[in-house]
Amino acid sequence: MLQISCPWCGPRDEIEFRCGGQSHVIRPGPPEEVDDATWGRYLSEKINPRGDHLERWLHAAGCRRWFNVARDTATHRIRAVYHMVEAAPAIGDEGSAR
Amino acid sequence: MRYSAWTVFRQGLGGQRGWKPAWRSPDPKPDYEVIIIGGGGHGLATAYYLAKTYGIRRVAVLEKGWIGGGNSGRNTTAIRSNYYYRASARMYEHSLKLYEGLSKELNYNVMFSQRGMISLAHSPHDVELAHRQAGAMRLNGVDADFLSPGEIARRVPILDMSPEARFPVFGGLLQKRAGTARHDAVVWGYARAADALGVDIIQNCEVTGFRRGADGAVIGVETSRGPIAATRIGVAVAGHSSRLAEMAGFRLPITSYALQAFVSEPLKPVLDTVILSPATGVYMSQSDKGGLVIGGGLDLYPSYAQRGNMPVIRNVLGAVAAQYPSLGRVRLLRQWAGIVDVVPDSSPIIGASPVPGLFLDCGWGTGGFKAIPVGGTMLAHQLATLTPHELAEPFSLERFTTGALIDEAAGSGIAH
Ligand SMILES: Cc1cc2nc3c(=O)[nH]c(=O)nc-3n(C[C@H](O)[C@H](O)[C@H](O)COP(=O)(O)OP(=O)(O)OC[C@H]3O[C@@H](n4cnc5c(N)ncnc54)[C@H](O)[C@@H]3O)c2cc1C
Ligand SMILES: [Zn+2]
Repeated sequence: MLQISCPWCGPRDEIEFRCGGQSHVIRPGPPEEVDDATWGRYLSEKINPRGDHLERWLHAAGCRRWFNVARDTATHRIRAVYHMVEAAPAIGDEGSAR
Repeated sequence: MRYSAWTVFRQGLGGQRGWKPAWRSPDPKPDYEVIIIGGGGHGLATAYYLAKTYGIRRVAVLEKGWIGGGNSGRNTTAIRSNYYYRASARMYEHSLKLYEGLSKELNYNVMFSQRGMISLAHSPHDVELAHRQAGAMRLNGVDADFLSPGEIARRVPILDMSPEARFPVFGGLLQKRAGTARHDAVVWGYARAADALGVDIIQNCEVTGFRRGADGAVIGVETSRGPIAATRIGVAVAGHSSRLAEMAGFRLPITSYALQAFVSEPLKPVLDTVILSPATGVYMSQSDKGGLVIGGGLDLYPSYAQRGNMPVIRNVLGAVAAQYPSLGRVRLLRQWAGIVDVVPDSSPIIGASPVPGLFLDCGWGTGGFKAIPVGGTMLAHQLATLTPHELAEPFSLERFTTGALIDEAAGSGIAH
């Protein structure tokens, strides 16, 4: 069971949240110059790492706001929670960035 | 017949000490014609068909743990072909037909039991969708029947059919030829048959990297047991596909999730079919030992942890208790999870990868046990002829560039 700290509401049970997948995905552009292969990659490709993963979460049954989480997909340990507009935090070997 | 009643009896008297291993455990040779990464059902079936159909016997299956230790040994073994789109129906129906002859083909009892599978309809809208699905299936040449509530009540007496039920039952879609098989037997049967044809099954051998030629094509793999050369390599590693792709320098449209399953203490026979409630995602069958085998939805965030979290357990078991009130006090024997490879359109990826010589069989997600025979057939064809199998053509990785997705997630809903 995860406990996730919403930046606005504080620590809550995972059932209040929805995971929106990989974060920091940058939309290619301008659209008329983007070829099919690039669009395909943008729409479907995932890093899907075993280990640290930067992902978006929605506090669906709470404030309904999006934020970023750095989480280890092998241990489920949450390393950092940060705002959508923030750059990815540096994550050390141990502990969390925030 | 190596496992006749008489042999089992005699071995019992001899303290079970006379059994011979069913396959060899060879050391890896320096090179092979074909290497298959992943000793699950798909990898082993590929090796078997390479040897059997194409006469390619210098084949190694490299497995990082023990064969069948991945999803092939962790799944709930529902086998069906009730898909919506023609491309899927053809492929899964081919697989179902191969299952119908598999025990004979492998001379190994895989205990394929065509007990049928019922998908419930919980509203008038569900009923309409079930009729639409049945129509699509029949057009694709797959058997489908619509069951009335009365027929369902007779077939599944433990189901709460009362009008006050949390999930009232308006009917159901039955595929009579669907069923279950014994997961380990499918793995072991293919392993023994492939081994007998000369395939080397190498366990405790983790692939850690690829060797590439000057032109970028694969020329071998690095493993925990040293480098092994081959210019044709098949990857069938389910939830670990993205990791192998990363070693080869590309990405896949795959997310790895944990999928859980549960088995109860043994009960007397109470359920003689596979039953699925699309409303809760929960499905159930009863094993020959009497355990209720229960599955549900994914733990919906990326995971490589083979355990699974509490909220999904609560949802799945809550749904069982609500829909089958008499099971409310049944105790669970075990709970576990496997890491499944989920693709946006819920259809597999089969065939060429961006790296020459490296071929994929992945993306089966929550439903690739039923596809083991066809997955092996298709990947073997690809590795032997270097062209896609006819059934695999629509399932190429290229579809994510062309946009020709086969959206079974929307078409037939997900079930295992
Ligand atoms: C709980 C659960 C229930 C399911 N229920 C059903 C069902 O009812 N019906 C159905 O049809 N499907 C079901 N599935 C899906 C099905 O189990 C899988 O799609 C199928 O077993 C995949 O087979 P595979 O051979 O491709 O992969 P696996 O059986 O997972 O085998 C892959 C193998 O690759 C090995 N490997 C990984 N990385 C490496 C490496 N670097 N080097 C060497 N080896 C490596 C792994 O150790 C593993 O043994 C379920 C899955 C789960 C988890
Ligand atoms: Zn919040």
